[in-house]
Amino acid sequence: MNPVIIVGHGPAGISAAIYLKRAGITPIVIGKDAGALKDYQDPVENYYGFSSPVMGSFLIESGIHQARRLGIEVIHDAVIKITLKDNLFIVETLQTRFQAKAVLLATGKTRKVLDVPGFSFYKGKGISLCAVCDGYFYHGKRLAIVGCGRYMQNELSELARLTDQITIFTDGKPLEVAVNHPVIDAPIVRIGGDDRVRFIETREETHQIEGVFVAVDAPSSIAFASQLGIATNGGSVVVDHDYQTNIPGLFAAGDIIGGKLQIAKAVYDGMLAADGLKAYLNHKEKAPSGD
Amino acid sequence: MVIHLTEDNFKKEVLESPVPVLVDFWAEWCAPCSRLTPILETLDQELAGKIKITKLEVDECSDIADTYSVMSIPTIAVFNHGVVVKSVVGVQSKDALLKLLAL
Repeated sequence: MNPVIIVGHGPAGISAAIYLKRAGITPIVIGKDAGALKDYQDPVENYYGFSSPVMGSFLIESGIHQARRLGIEVIHDAVIKITLKDNLFIVETLQTRFQAKAVLLATGKTRKVLDVPGFSFYKGKGISLCAVCDGYFYHGKRLAIVGCGRYMQNELSELARLTDQITIFTDGKPLEVAVNHPVIDAPIVRIGGDDRVRFIETREETHQIEGVFVAVDAPSSIAFASQLGIATNGGSVVVDHDYQTNIPGLFAAGDIIGGKLQIAKAVYDGMLAADGLKAYLNHKEKAPSGD
Repeated sequence: MVIHLTEDNFKKEVLESPVPVLVDFWAEWCAPCSRLTPILETLDQELAGKIKITKLEVDECSDIADTYSVMSIPTIAVFNHGVVVKSVVGVQSKDALLKLLAL
C-alpha cells in the first residue's frame, strides 16, 4: 500500500514529493509529459536562482532527477483512471495499477480537451467526458468515442454494454489498441447539431451520431473531476486551506487549482499540499476507519 | 430542506416558483453526483427562502430530464419564472454555485 500517489511530475508534483520525502513519507510520482512547459518555446526568465534563462523542459527534467536522487520513484506513465474503493484510491495507468491512501492531482491544466468547433457548445448536450456518469442517457443510441489508446478502450468497455452502435474516431491519429468496432481515422472538422449533438464532420464525410464521448490521450484534470465528482469553480479544482478537495484524501496543487499559472506558485502549492497530505495521513493512522 | 422533485410537483415547485430555483439533475447510480449533496445542503441553509434548492432524479423523472436535454449528470440548472436561465455540468463548489445564481 502506497501512502501517496502524485499525478504529475511538474513543479507542483515534484515539490510536494520532495517535502513529503523529507517528512518521512515516500510517495510515488506518475507523470506523462512536461505539461504546459512542454510547448512553451521561450526560456523561463522569471524563476528564482538561474543566472541565465532556462528552458521549461530542462526545469522539468532537473526536478525529476532531483526527486530520484532523494530516493523518490518517478514513473513515466499516464494515469487513465482513478477510482475510490473502501476509502482507498485505485490509480490505473497504461502499464499498471496502484493503491494509495491519498492522491495529489498536480496534472496541470489542459486548455481544451478536444480542439474542434462545437466542443464547448455541446459539452453536456451530447458531448461527454465520462462514460460511467453519462452512458445511461445513450441506451441503444449511435455513439462516437474520440480517442485512439487505452483511455478510449476503457470508455468503450463501459459503453459497449449499453449500445452496439459505437464508432471510434481517432481524429487523424493511429489506432494504438485493437477494437471490434468501426474505426474512422479522418481528422475531425467539427461537431454539430441543433440543441444537442447530431453529427460529427470529418475531412472525408459526415457521420450521424447521438452522443460523443471524448477519451483523447489521457484524462485531463477536468475528466478526473467528472469521474470522481471533484468540486470545480470556473474550470479549476477547488481546494481548502490544506489543499484538499471536497473528496477526503484527494488533494490538488499547481495550475489545476487556478490562481497564478506560474512555476513559483506551483512549487509553493506543492510544499503546502505536502503538509496537508502529511496531516491527513497522520489523522487516518489514528482513526483508520474514518475519513 | 432540499426539495425532492417528482413529475407531480415539478410544475408547482419549479415552473411556478416565485423565487429562482436551482435544480440538480442526478441519479442514484452516478457516484460523482453524490458529492454535490453536501454542497447543496450547505447552500440551502445559507439561502433559506431566497433561492429554492431542489433535486430531480433522472430515472424517476426521465421525461422532464429529456425535456431539458439533460445528457450529462450532474447537470445544475437555474430556473427563473419557469425558464432555464443558466446551467452547468459537473460538481461545482459552493462559490461556483453562488456565482451561477448571481449572488
